[in-house]
Amino acid sequence: MAEKFDAIVVGAGPSGNSAAYVLARAGLAVLQIERGEYPGSKNVQGAILYSHALERIIPDFREDAPLERHIIEQRAWMLDDDSYVGSIYRSNAFNRPPHNRYTIIRAQFDRWFSRKVQEAGALTICETTVTDLHMDGSRVVGVQTDRAGGSVYADVVILADGVNSLLARKAGFHGELQPRDVALAAKEIHFLPESAIENRFNVQGGQGVVIEMAGKITRGMVGTGFLYTNRESITIGIGCLLSDFQESGISPYALLEQMKMHPAIHPLIEGSEMKEYSAHLIPEGGYNAIPAVYGDGWLMVGDASMFVNGIHREGSNLAMTSGQLAAETVIELAKEGRPMTANNLARYRKKLDDSFVIKDLKKYRRMPDILEHNHQFFTDYPEFLNRAAHTMVTVDGVDKKSKEREIRSGLVTRRSRLGLLGDAFKLWRAFE
Amino acid sequence: MTAEAPSTTPAKKPAGRRRVEFDPRLAAYKGVWVFIEHEHNRVHPVSWELLGEGRKLADRIGVELAGVVMGEPGAATRDFCSEAFHYGADLCYLVEDPVLAQYRNDPYTSSLTALVREYQPEILLLGATTLGRDLAGSVATTLGTGLTADCTGLNIDMENRSLAATRPTFGGSLLCTIQTLNYRPQMATVRPRVMQMPERNTDRTGRIVEQRIALAEADIMTKVLQFIPDANQEQARLEYADIIVAGGRGLKRPENFQLVWDLASVLHAEVGATRPVVQAGWVSAERQVGQTGKTVRPKLYIAAGISGAIQHRVGMEGADVIIAINEDPAAPIFDFATYGIVGNAMQIMPALTEAFRQHLATAKLAG
Amino acid sequence: MHIIVCIKQVPDSAQIRVHPVTNTIMRQGVPAIVNPYDLYALEEALRLKDRYGGRVTVLCMGPSQAEAALRKALSFGADEAILVSDRAFAGSDTLATSYALAAAIRQIQKDMAVDLVFSGKQTIDGDTAQVGPGIARRLGLQLLTYVSKIEGIDVEKKEIVVHRRAEGGAQILKTRLPCLVTILEGVNEMRFATMGDMFRAARYPLKVWDKDAAGIEDIEKVGLKGSPTVVAKVFAPQPRAQKAERIETQTGAPADLAVTLLAKLFTRYPHIEREIRKQAG
Ligand SMILES: Cc1cc2nc3c(=O)[nH]c(=O)nc-3n(C[C@H](O)[C@H](O)[C@H](O)COP(=O)(O)OP(=O)(O)OC[C@H]3O[C@@H](n4cnc5c(N)ncnc54)[C@H](O)[C@@H]3O)c2cc1C
Ligand SMILES: Cc1cc2nc3c(=O)[nH]c(=O)nc-3n(C[C@H](O)[C@H](O)[C@H](O)COP(=O)(O)OP(=O)(O)OC[C@H]3O[C@@H](n4cnc5c(N)ncnc54)[C@H](O)[C@@H]3O)c2cc1C
Ligand SMILES: Nc1ncnc2c1ncn2[C@@H]1O[C@H](COP(=O)(O)O)[C@@H](O)[C@H]1O
Repeated sequence: MAEKFDAIVVGAGPSGNSAAYVLARAGLAVLQIERGEYPGSKNVQGAILYSHALERIIPDFREDAPLERHIIEQRAWMLDDDSYVGSIYRSNAFNRPPHNRYTIIRAQFDRWFSRKVQEAGALTICETTVTDLHMDGSRVVGVQTDRAGGSVYADVVILADGVNSLLARKAGFHGELQPRDVALAAKEIHFLPESAIENRFNVQGGQGVVIEMAGKITRGMVGTGFLYTNRESITIGIGCLLSDFQESGISPYALLEQMKMHPAIHPLIEGSEMKEYSAHLIPEGGYNAIPAVYGDGWLMVGDASMFVNGIHREGSNLAMTSGQLAAETVIELAKEGRPMTANNLARYRKKLDDSFVIKDLKKYRRMPDILEHNHQFFTDYPEFLNRAAHTMVTVDGVDKKSKEREIRSGLVTRRSRLGLLGDAFKLWRAFE
Repeated sequence: MTAEAPSTTPAKKPAGRRRVEFDPRLAAYKGVWVFIEHEHNRVHPVSWELLGEGRKLADRIGVELAGVVMGEPGAATRDFCSEAFHYGADLCYLVEDPVLAQYRNDPYTSSLTALVREYQPEILLLGATTLGRDLAGSVATTLGTGLTADCTGLNIDMENRSLAATRPTFGGSLLCTIQTLNYRPQMATVRPRVMQMPERNTDRTGRIVEQRIALAEADIMTKVLQFIPDANQEQARLEYADIIVAGGRGLKRPENFQLVWDLASVLHAEVGATRPVVQAGWVSAERQVGQTGKTVRPKLYIAAGISGAIQHRVGMEGADVIIAINEDPAAPIFDFATYGIVGNAMQIMPALTEAFRQHLATAKLAG
Repeated sequence: MHIIVCIKQVPDSAQIRVHPVTNTIMRQGVPAIVNPYDLYALEEALRLKDRYGGRVTVLCMGPSQAEAALRKALSFGADEAILVSDRAFAGSDTLATSYALAAAIRQIQKDMAVDLVFSGKQTIDGDTAQVGPGIARRLGLQLLTYVSKIEGIDVEKKEIVVHRRAEGGAQILKTRLPCLVTILEGVNEMRFATMGDMFRAARYPLKVWDKDAAGIEDIEKVGLKGSPTVVAKVFAPQPRAQKAERIETQTGAPADLAVTLLAKLFTRYPHIEREIRKQAG
């Protein structure tokens, strides 16, 4: 005999856990289904956790969440083949609690979050894949899993199954994922003893550093590299638009291997032991790629809805907030005794529009297009900037004025004056 | 059988770690024993290897080395005692009884336990075979003493005259040394091929101490209905092979593993493999070399496309000569191999096979 | 048929790393799993239950996190799960562990007679293969180790016939129940649980027994105190002093490399040439 719940949440990533947690706390009967061996088992990577979104759901999360290091320093590097120019922002203010950002290991963090969800009263079932949605006409009434006796029913199903939401596609809520709307990121975790990390990155205790990288490491493709310090390991990765990978024929793995050999990066990970390699998609389509996020008997949250801010590398916070807002919508309707129809669930979209989730995505809505059509941001500019820095820093008897002239003309030969003007304008518009 | 198992109660509260003084009450326990394992008229070579190691331990603490032989009454069983002397034992404890004809846990456990209680050895070693581990666990529990399984090194800590048994831990990435400080005997099992085979010296003899143990078949609940010998004796062959050609994941595809078989057939060698290759089903599990596979000690070990991870290394580093073929000059196997060829195994292996073939052919002609 | 299966939660040793330079153990993020060998024992027990009816109880001694291991066992179809967990057990070696588990089994037996106790061949963290034999000894059960096949059980006569892996062959053994069986790896494949079992496992109110509930009589026999063996030291394997001699040639051609290697090998190690010749006959 099939069971029925108030709500079923598919997926136990940040968005699904947030939704299930909020629902269960409100006393709803919640079933959460995760295909991984345990929550986070498919998410073995390190990542950045932005506190604000989680704080609103679990205010005292810092007491027992598995946090690696709080970030006190942010570096941005523009890399050439041999060198980089960059900026660093480091502030002691980041050392004062409550900390704003942490590195986390998803496998541990998701597991912790899931424990909270279960403590709140939700039933979580792992190693079980949702294969289909049960429909009654156009209404979603439950899910089908890959296990014998695998049908379960609910008033509402929350799809928190991540970027590749097969379910949404199968049910026709989504079109096919477009290669230009997703980035493919390759990522590794490298073990390094705590002391080595602290020495190499000039930090102490629980402090951490983030390095964001752009430039020739992506070989002209639209994308970025990154490096985070965890407690006893380093997360390093690189991601580029899937469409660019397809075009260039370069494998993400090879790209990462090459990036690790960069003379500025290699010493940071030297002598470490690689623990985990993984590749994962990141939604990068931004505002314009957001699909319908609700319908009769269903809601969609997190990566499944393309809620990722690629420019600021934010995802988990959008996932958590969207999960929370979806749950709050369901709770309100349940309290008011209203059915989970598309009309009623439309409240979720309204809540999203009023939150940072949609506001931020809207702000950068032109960014994906610009970057995609202007590959010079990833080839010529880094090279130019590095060359300029090199020219200025090298002391060789040439007067500084001539050096400036040399730099300027170098830039113009690479890209017409008009082109330069255009690039600046585009970027300004995108960030405006 | 009389001694009231003093070993079941600690003579002194174990201090937990290290610095424990030698308790005089344990001084009654003297001598190093090796259990001589045999089935179907064949002594498992690990027993001789253990006599070799036991000899060193006994000499170190100045005591006698004894073999323990149990089996059905007859010349064959007694012959095992003489063999034990050839391999270094000073004496043998012999228990003959029809119920000991084939190995069974119950009668073997009670016989060995009785012997220990009567003659009180300080060290008791067994092979880490299915038989040895079955027996050792039961005996140690009955005696309430410590047992260290699957050791790769044995030593004496002279500070407190105790056995320092070293074995892999944490998935084989580290080793640990375990001691049984205030209990006797100190028991350990050791894998076949971990210790060196001692010289056999037929001039050596020793004395036999016979022990009667009252065992009635009627009291033994477990019966052996049948023994089915293995059809393929691969297992034994690999452990005691003198030449082994082994392949790893670097061979990339199951078809390429044929290159290993090709070279092995020219050398009349056995074939070994790493765990990933076994798990991928390229070869059978009996061919796995390493911590969770076999320990081998060949004269020549040729490793193709093997990284030399510690779990593999512990199973084969006892080889006289190791030849490694690996694409990656930084592969760990080059840290302990004798000769290294940096290159693609798919090209080097056929060339090597051909070179050996030609060498053997010309040598034959010349000879 | 009432079968107890002893399962242990262990760190996934495949994921434990030792830092190559500092030789420190990097424990970060090493997940805990059910000892893989124990799953074969569990599946074998479930198959017997399918065949003869009865009940399967899983028993685990460990910290409270080990609950996950028991729930997993429940999801595969075990009927009952008991976690034996007490501070007093910390630092137990195999002797002390078998003492505690044997005591717990006696307690279980008060509720329902036990016909069979199953354990895995060995654990991947302890690797000792001693706990099973230890339990058997303490409970006075017949011991059948390295069992590759359960031929059958005569429920009336309370007899079991098994195949046991011995050196160089298989022993077919018959013995009386109750007995303790350690199951060899690879003898079966774990079933895929039904949705109903998943629900039952997730909702099951786990029994957690402390030392009193587990019937521990002599507290001196568990934990560090009850453990004769002490770990004196943990260290990294010694790197061999000398590295491999690189075989190189002008051309770098495989054939040249092979010939150069053979020349060096046979010159420095003539006994290897003799050995090869001997093998070749
Ligand atoms: C390389 C990389 C680096 C990133 N770095 C950051 C960062 O530093 N900071 C940040 O905030 N964000 C980062 N992100 C983005 C962030 O990881 C995602 O936005 C976030 O994980 C989205 O959460 P989610 O819950 O929507 O989806 P997911 O985390 O993908 O979770 C989906 C879950 O659903 C399960 N599932 C899927 N299908 C099914 C099914 N059919 N049945 C049952 N279960 C199913 C999956 O197993 C998975 O556990 C990064 C992403 C990548 C790829
Ligand atoms: C608890 C535990 C127990 C284990 N027990 C064992 C055990 O008993 N035995 C065992 O073997 N392992 C065991 N392992 C696994 C062990 O850790 C290693 O993973 C394994 O030994 C690696 O096997 P490999 O060398 O074949 O593969 P890899 O480590 O993948 O190495 C392949 C090698 O091939 C090289 N290569 C690639 N292509 C080529 C080419 N074309 N030509 C030449 N070289 C090439 C690569 O450079 C690499 O060095 C155990 C692990 C654990 C955690
Ligand atoms: N703490 C434990 N709890 C339950 N069963 C255990 C425990 N430790 C060991 N066992 C069982 O004993 C078997 C052998 O373990 P070991 O002697 O540690 O190799 C395992 O496969 C388990 O079935």
